Amino acid sequence: MKVTQISIFIENKSGRLAEVSRLLGENGVNIRALSLADTSDFGILRLIVDKTDLAKKTLKEGGFTVSKTEVVAVEVPDRPGGLASILKVLDEASVNVEYMYAFVERSAGNAVIIFRFDDVDQAIKVLQENNITVLPGERIYGI
Amino acid sequence: MIWNDEFETLPREAIESLQLKRLQQTLEKVYATVPFYRQQFDKVGVMPEQIKSLDDLRRIPFTLKQDMRDNYPYGLFATPLDQIVRIHASSGTTGKPTVVGYTRRDIDNWTEMMARSFTAAGAHRGDVIHNAYGYGLFTGGLGAHYGAEKIGASVIPMSGGNSKKQLMIMQDFGSTVLTCTPSYSLYLAEIAAEEGIDIHSLKLRVGIFGAEPWSEKMRDEIQEKVGIKAIDIYGLSEILGPGVGIECIEAQAGLHIWEDHFIIEIIDPDTGEVLPVGEQGELVITTITKEGIPMIRYRTRDITRIIAEPCICGRTHRRLQRMSGRSDDMLIIRGVNVFPSQIESVLMDIEGVEPHYQLIVDREENLDTLEVQVEVNEKAFSDEIKVLQKLSRTIQDSIKDILGISCRIRLVEPKTIARSEGKAKRVIDNRPK
Repeated sequence: MKVTQISIFIENKSGRLAEVSRLLGENGVNIRALSLADTSDFGILRLIVDKTDLAKKTLKEGGFTVSKTEVVAVEVPDRPGGLASILKVLDEASVNVEYMYAFVERSAGNAVIIFRFDDVDQAIKVLQENNITVLPGERIYGI
Repeated sequence: MIWNDEFETLPREAIESLQLKRLQQTLEKVYATVPFYRQQFDKVGVMPEQIKSLDDLRRIPFTLKQDMRDNYPYGLFATPLDQIVRIHASSGTTGKPTVVGYTRRDIDNWTEMMARSFTAAGAHRGDVIHNAYGYGLFTGGLGAHYGAEKIGASVIPMSGGNSKKQLMIMQDFGSTVLTCTPSYSLYLAEIAAEEGIDIHSLKLRVGIFGAEPWSEKMRDEIQEKVGIKAIDIYGLSEILGPGVGIECIEAQAGLHIWEDHFIIEIIDPDTGEVLPVGEQGELVITTITKEGIPMIRYRTRDITRIIAEPCICGRTHRRLQRMSGRSDDMLIIRGVNVFPSQIESVLMDIEGVEPHYQLIVDREENLDTLEVQVEVNEKAFSDEIKVLQKLSRTIQDSIKDILGISCRIRLVEPKTIARSEGKAKRVIDNRPK
């Protein structure tokens, strides 16, 4: 039930993000979800794409530092309090969230939240026990 | 193996009496033929014949790089130009280069010293010596070349540049010994990895690295990444070129200086006082066999100390500790003296940090600032900001703890710091002069 995300180290200078998207575009990689964490000097671009291995290879050859990370995608009812209910469950089970980002699913109209946990397996177990929908990777890559 | 058993293992007293005899001859020669030296001696009222012991040498003034510039191009030559068979010049980053000339005998002596050096590094007949030092005005290429031929090795005169071709030749020609700058060897390892060449599968056995200061940590890095023994060689064009001294492969600890050709002294760079043997200071060299352009008490600006203890290899020539830097390279940042090599040592100790770095020095509101740019490789990279920030802080704290200066760390993308095929440019000083 895990989703593979790729993370890219990006120096804070003009043109670097454009270079990443150009490389992916030219190699037929489609971006499903993304988030950019930034500091004053550098950023980390996190992507979920349709072809993870191809994306990683392409970017590495383009001179970028790339790593793969396991994240969890959770479907959240698109209504007030939807996120709060999930975070409450995680909090009660003492599962720590390293970071998260969200997007809205086109077809179903639900929100999807990507979580990075320090203990992924434990997190998935807790979520499922509480009847929260954890989306398999294929669902996300194929959105 | 020792190239010249007789001279390389002379007893101490024999070396010193030979040094005194040759020193006296050199002093007489330069007094008679080089107006600059005549003025220098007259200024302090010392005549060559008054130098009766090696200790008397300290009565004579130093020669500085500036003196070479002032006498550009041939003013310090002690022989007429028709005796000079070769001319080299330093890179001269500022202003005119410094020019040196060699007589036929100088070339022979240089070749002999390079032959001794190659042999000390474990090279021999049958080796394929891949010489990637630059050929040209720079002494590195030709200096190493002649020595390599002398020992009967097959020398490939590669010169610098075109790294992919260098690797192809190494693979196809079966190079066993590599001569280049230490930073270039790591660059070659990087290119090999990119090209899918397993550099460990090459026949390379030994690397002889010089022309830029490097650290013990960098040696470990090279030995591991390139899979060879890395040997430090010392030289400077003003004195000879490469082969003034070299580490022996047996000890890999300190550079044997060919004392039958040079007299070494260590001085306090501020007062000019000669320091007791073993203390660290600036290296001063006097050439005692050179004919073309003898150098009397030349201040090298290199910081080191003399190791007088006998070496396991059997050579009796004293050693110099690996140069901790050239005092010209020394940075003074908010009053603290820092050598780039010291920062390099700190960086190499931190897991995941690449041996490629650059120091950017600037001044903001009258305060010096130091930025250390470090490349982030896959080993160090994490997709969590806090992990990378922790890496930055670790580097920052180590530099602060060990060197006592605060700096800013900038993590940069891999391979964005310019690679050099000659001497690596470690420092960019943007402070107003």
